[in-house]
Amino acid sequence: MPKRTDIKKIMVIGAGPIIIGQACEFDYSGTQGCKALKEEGYEVILINSNPATIMTDPEFAHRTYVEPITPEVCRKIIERERPDALLPTLGGQTALNAAVALAENGTLNEFKVELIGANLAAIKKAEDRQLFKEAMLKIGLDLPDSLTVKTLEEGIGFAESNGYPVIIRPAFTLGGTGGGIAYNRMEFEEILSKGLDLSPIRQCLVEQSIIGWKEYEMEVMRDLKDNVVIICSIENMDPMGIHTGDSVTVAPAQTLTDKEYQRMRDASIACIREIGVDTGGSNIQFGVDPKTGRMVVIEMNPRVSRSSALASKATGFPIAKIAAKLAIGYSLDELFNDITRYTKAAFEPSIDYVVTKIPRFTFEKFPDAEDILNTSMKSVGETMSIGRTFKESYQKALRSMETGNIGLGADGREYVEGRWQRTGSRKPGKLPHDWVDAQLRKPTSIRHFFLRQAFWQGYDVDKIYKLSGIDPWFLNEVKDIVELEKELEKATTKRGKLKAKLPEELLRRSKAYGFSDPQLAFLSGVKETEVRKYRKALKITPVYKMVDTCAAEFEAFTPYLYSTYELGKSSFLGKDTEAPPTKNQKIMILGGGPNRIGQGIEFDYCCVHGAFALRADGFEVIMVNNNPETVSTDYDTSDRLYFEPLTFEDVMNIMDREHPKGVIVQFGGQTPLKLAVSLKKAGAPIIGTSPESIDVAEDRQLFGAMLRRLKIRQPDNGIAMNVKQAKPVARKVGYPVVVRPSYVLGGRAMEIVYDESSLDEFVMKAAEAAPDKPILIDHFLEDALEVDVDCVCDGKEVLIAGVMEHIEEAGIHSGDSACVIPPYTLREDQIATLRKFTQQMALALKVKGLMNVQYAIKNDLVYVLEVNPRASRTVPFVSKATGTSWAKVAARLMAGKTISELKAKEVPYLKHIAVKESVFPFNRFPGVDTVLGPEMKSTGEVMGIDHDFGMAFSKSQMAANSALPAKGTVFVSVKNKDKRSVIFIAKRLSDMGFKLVATQGTAQALTSNGMEVTVVRKVHEGRPNVVDLIKNGGIQLIMNTPAGKGPRSDDFQIRRTAVVYNVPCITTLSACAAAANGIETLRKKEIHVKTLQEYHSTT
Amino acid sequence: MKSNKIKKAVLALEDGTWFEGFSFGAEGKSFGEVCFNTSMTGYQEILTDPSYRGQIVTMTYPLIGNYGVNNVDVESRKPFLSGFVVKEYCKHPSNYRMTQNLGDYLKKNNIIGIEGIDTRALTAHLRTHGAKNGVLSTSELDPKKLVKQAKEHQGLVGRDLVKEVTCDKPYHWTELPYNLDKPGDNPNAQMDLAGLTPPEKRIKIAALDCGIKYNILRRLTAEGFDVTVYPATTTADVLLASGAKGFFLSNGPGDPEAVPYVYETVRKLVDSNAAVFGICLGHQMLGLALGGKTYKLKFGHRGGNQPVINTRNNKVEITSQNHGFAVDPDSLDKSLVYQSHINLSDNTSEGLAMKHKPVYSVQYHPEASPGPHDSRYLFKQFREMVERNS
Repeated sequence: MPKRTDIKKIMVIGAGPIIIGQACEFDYSGTQGCKALKEEGYEVILINSNPATIMTDPEFAHRTYVEPITPEVCRKIIERERPDALLPTLGGQTALNAAVALAENGTLNEFKVELIGANLAAIKKAEDRQLFKEAMLKIGLDLPDSLTVKTLEEGIGFAESNGYPVIIRPAFTLGGTGGGIAYNRMEFEEILSKGLDLSPIRQCLVEQSIIGWKEYEMEVMRDLKDNVVIICSIENMDPMGIHTGDSVTVAPAQTLTDKEYQRMRDASIACIREIGVDTGGSNIQFGVDPKTGRMVVIEMNPRVSRSSALASKATGFPIAKIAAKLAIGYSLDELFNDITRYTKAAFEPSIDYVVTKIPRFTFEKFPDAEDILNTSMKSVGETMSIGRTFKESYQKALRSMETGNIGLGADGREYVEGRWQRTGSRKPGKLPHDWVDAQLRKPTSIRHFFLRQAFWQGYDVDKIYKLSGIDPWFLNEVKDIVELEKELEKATTKRGKLKAKLPEELLRRSKAYGFSDPQLAFLSGVKETEVRKYRKALKITPVYKMVDTCAAEFEAFTPYLYSTYELGKSSFLGKDTEAPPTKNQKIMILGGGPNRIGQGIEFDYCCVHGAFALRADGFEVIMVNNNPETVSTDYDTSDRLYFEPLTFEDVMNIMDREHPKGVIVQFGGQTPLKLAVSLKKAGAPIIGTSPESIDVAEDRQLFGAMLRRLKIRQPDNGIAMNVKQAKPVARKVGYPVVVRPSYVLGGRAMEIVYDESSLDEFVMKAAEAAPDKPILIDHFLEDALEVDVDCVCDGKEVLIAGVMEHIEEAGIHSGDSACVIPPYTLREDQIATLRKFTQQMALALKVKGLMNVQYAIKNDLVYVLEVNPRASRTVPFVSKATGTSWAKVAARLMAGKTISELKAKEVPYLKHIAVKESVFPFNRFPGVDTVLGPEMKSTGEVMGIDHDFGMAFSKSQMAANSALPAKGTVFVSVKNKDKRSVIFIAKRLSDMGFKLVATQGTAQALTSNGMEVTVVRKVHEGRPNVVDLIKNGGIQLIMNTPAGKGPRSDDFQIRRTAVVYNVPCITTLSACAAAANGIETLRKKEIHVKTLQEYHSTT
Repeated sequence: MKSNKIKKAVLALEDGTWFEGFSFGAEGKSFGEVCFNTSMTGYQEILTDPSYRGQIVTMTYPLIGNYGVNNVDVESRKPFLSGFVVKEYCKHPSNYRMTQNLGDYLKKNNIIGIEGIDTRALTAHLRTHGAKNGVLSTSELDPKKLVKQAKEHQGLVGRDLVKEVTCDKPYHWTELPYNLDKPGDNPNAQMDLAGLTPPEKRIKIAALDCGIKYNILRRLTAEGFDVTVYPATTTADVLLASGAKGFFLSNGPGDPEAVPYVYETVRKLVDSNAAVFGICLGHQMLGLALGGKTYKLKFGHRGGNQPVINTRNNKVEITSQNHGFAVDPDSLDKSLVYQSHINLSDNTSEGLAMKHKPVYSVQYHPEASPGPHDSRYLFKQFREMVERNS
């Protein structure tokens, strides 16, 4: 069937901010989808509140709404745009839920908007636990025993008769939010009642535990002609019981015979047909009993998912793009396979390599959260790697994780006293057996490393299998790696040259097993560069193979490549024949690796813009990255894509093959940046700001000297190497002080210390976070205003991209605070000073490309807090707010153009206001406090844009899923210091008709200022108390500035309850004031929607 | 793994290409046409598929042996192929149904296996330069000598390989498809989610065995057929006198034009207005019997992901395939025959049907095993056709 001509205008819903369970994979799918629809001549209307996405770049849709994704706002857009159709399957659970709401509240019918991709009935059948179960039973599929419940009592009945553990799965939530495994009645009641609360339809499935079974996923596509194909099968290395997003997974399935695989395929096809997903992709999960082969279906996502992004990258089959084209009426046999060009999309990819995905966790950011994995997803990112064997693929993935691993072991690190420490020992020391047993039994973010430990300690596969439930196939593969590590350990004890320690045959085998040069260097006791030299002399170099969808059956035209080491001699040996490098002018962009807190989609955005700009200028762009969720790893973002670890070794191997004219390290965040010096030393032509300048900004002394020269103020500061040195330094700079390790990202282990008594603890933590690196101690400017400034510079001229005023005061990590363009309280002369300082520093650092500066303003004095001569987190926000792609400008400057050549200009005056707000993962981590501080904790961001500050701020809160109430009750509880200032804010709210509730102390302050306040008990004062009030829905907004931290404090319980019951909770005074502004506007005005294209045509 | 304990093996092609790897099966030397299969699962079924007679099969999926070998996923009485080529052989399989590992199985069945070679480079080479004669050896390891020997080896064209794989006397087939969900039961259907039960009324048919895969027989019994399998040399007169209401033409190895005695038999069956259904070589036999021509494909179709369009309903079937020769559709009389199925990737003939007779055939493998089950309807169609015709 050809494409539909009865629809012309299609609305696409994005996924909103990056949160756990819904990361930048939906930017990837949304971008592909919008591109595909535009290509087919449809008018595309997009809504997505996330400014850091590529899909919200104005050129990807005709009309782009950066607005909160709520049914109300979507309705306004529909009313304004009158689209013919709505495509809800590319924007994750957010889009799907919005579409369901729009269908149910009659909006779609009213405006005659057709749901394409998945219809309402299908979405409900897949998402409603009871309907899904009935559908599966109808087509003869087996499921774990389960019961759909709407009350706690029903659930308890099931659990008591089936026994524990019991799995709890809330309906219509994403990434398993609110789900869990209960091992006893108490846990069960706790998880189930929370799960019922979190489910929009108050429904949970309580299910027989099949923990320890094998877990599989199938990616399925269907078209309107009812053609169904399987794109990819995925086998989880970690068994059932761990969310698939948190599991190490491999593609394709490894341990299924054809009979078993085909049974799963048949079941998948029957499932997508019965559920009735008309077109597009779905993901179906299965459990298989390892002893009997009994196969049960677990769940189905009737939309493009995280796994489909992975499957797209794993196979080269662009699921989202094809899904979009199927939605508008094409059938699979009418669409071409981009990679082979002349074969059709109606086929099932055959892959001839092994893909391993490893999730990236950030438990170190949440020390109060327990590192235990279960059915509720906790990882914030992932890395994928490709090898010709599992061993190679697994070790490549391990060294791509950006956790300091260089493979599986052989790195001189050991797990001592609850953390990884560099002990320098060549083999792991013996640990108590019962302790190792426990580590294998417990699913944690680090369990995989204990597989190695166990093999070193002589455990056999069977024992580890019994403890961990990891299939013996995988365990034997890991064992193969450890056996070779042992062989290497022995061989490298030989005295003499590398030739004696690492004979050619052994080296060749080690490389084929995925061992990295640093691992071999560590064991041999030489520098990595020596191993490299020796290896190259022996001509043991990787060959590059293509991801081609067809296992080489057809010729492929898309240079999407991975490296592998071949073992044996042959007439092909040393011939690296696939997608041979060209003689074009090439620029290589190094990406950011797995997403983690502090380094997310914003950096990928910059890499992608760099690629777009340089391709447009005629360069051949080579992208290197290993994050399967990103747009940068889409094969058509760059000219050549290398899906590889971002290590010195792997990057240099590509350098040796491609010989690019320039290498860009300043777009991908810390990951490529930390390679800059060694790459440059090895001869890589790094373009843009020099690694030396980057070092000046990072090095305390050099940076201080530069500022003195420029007569720019910075807070008093000093450095200490240990706890002892810290005290005098802190005394000298004056309390309060900010303590932080150097060379870390996202404010890791950064703390504000108010007095000497708590200094030791935080200095120690900082020392742990970055061992052997200096600890930075700065005087902390209390209640200072914080401002971010982004600029571009060609070495001679500077353009200010944006001045962003933070809403929260200095001391809250800039990645966690809300900020505003243009500044909303700064005076012209202050802005002029900030501009001047920024220009001076950019020129002094000879910046070529982007630079970000963080300033604090206190008592009218401007201080520099930090300078980053590279792409920063704020670049996409500034670009969206100003309508200029600053990353594109920067890329061109790095490639040698000047600002005047580019005719680039500052955006002088904005008629609108854009507010960036951060989004936090607190609902994933029970027991974690939500108070903001210098350590970054947010996973994503949203933008609110409008013509006045109040509305822009309100929109940002709405988009961040903590919409401000227009009426109701406000609970106020602030620390003593804030009592005076909060009076004004409370008065405003009270005047607007809000009821005020406060605890004794705050209440006193308010009543004495003439306000009517209801006093409520603190938690420790007995019941009913404030927590009960929140739980009973008696409070719509919480203003709570923290007097105490830690799980015992009253404040903590209030804030945690607010998270669970999703009551907006504001923890800084400045944000309280902004909220009052926002509420005022909300009460006065209706929300209006407007496209980015409209905003920018008027500025 | 201690490398020095492992025996070496060499694969050499007639055009000078060679690979040194490690032996993981039987020892010795074996010649054959080197081809590749892109199925990611199903190596046991591939090994036991008689159609690979005379071929050295390369698996493009790099990890082979992962789930071992079991007693039931077999397609014939033994492996008939000339050699097995993989990137990495798995010596520690894991699957609840396995009974032994792949290496031991190959040794027992005297099949040479080589691992540790760049199978992707080999595949790309065969794709570009076409299928090649080759030799796989664990005894002679000098690539130059082996290349020379490969050059001297006679290829598949013109060789009658059917006689090496067919049965020597007729036998009766009763086994039904194996049911994973009810192992040990006498199952009614293999993984048929709808729980298909064979029709009670048995219909007698004859299957002409050119190297028939067991799963074809299992699918036929699942449709309620009472199947007798006949050697490929059986004459039409004997078949027609057997009382069979329908005739099945099986898959098989090698060059279709090298077995004129089979397509002569087929011609007579067609002339007698009998109901006839053919698969793979059976499709080619029908093509030749109807006066058409066959030709050798550059490197064949072998895998489980080949898209085929059914010209009657315009839907795509993902199919299992294994053939190196194809029927030239232009050589057939269009007033008698139409193309029922066409390969979506290269437009080759995948199915033909006679306009006025109960006769049809497909080039691909609707019985799957290994491969997808999209085309299983063809067996049901055969049952309906036989019922109508008798």
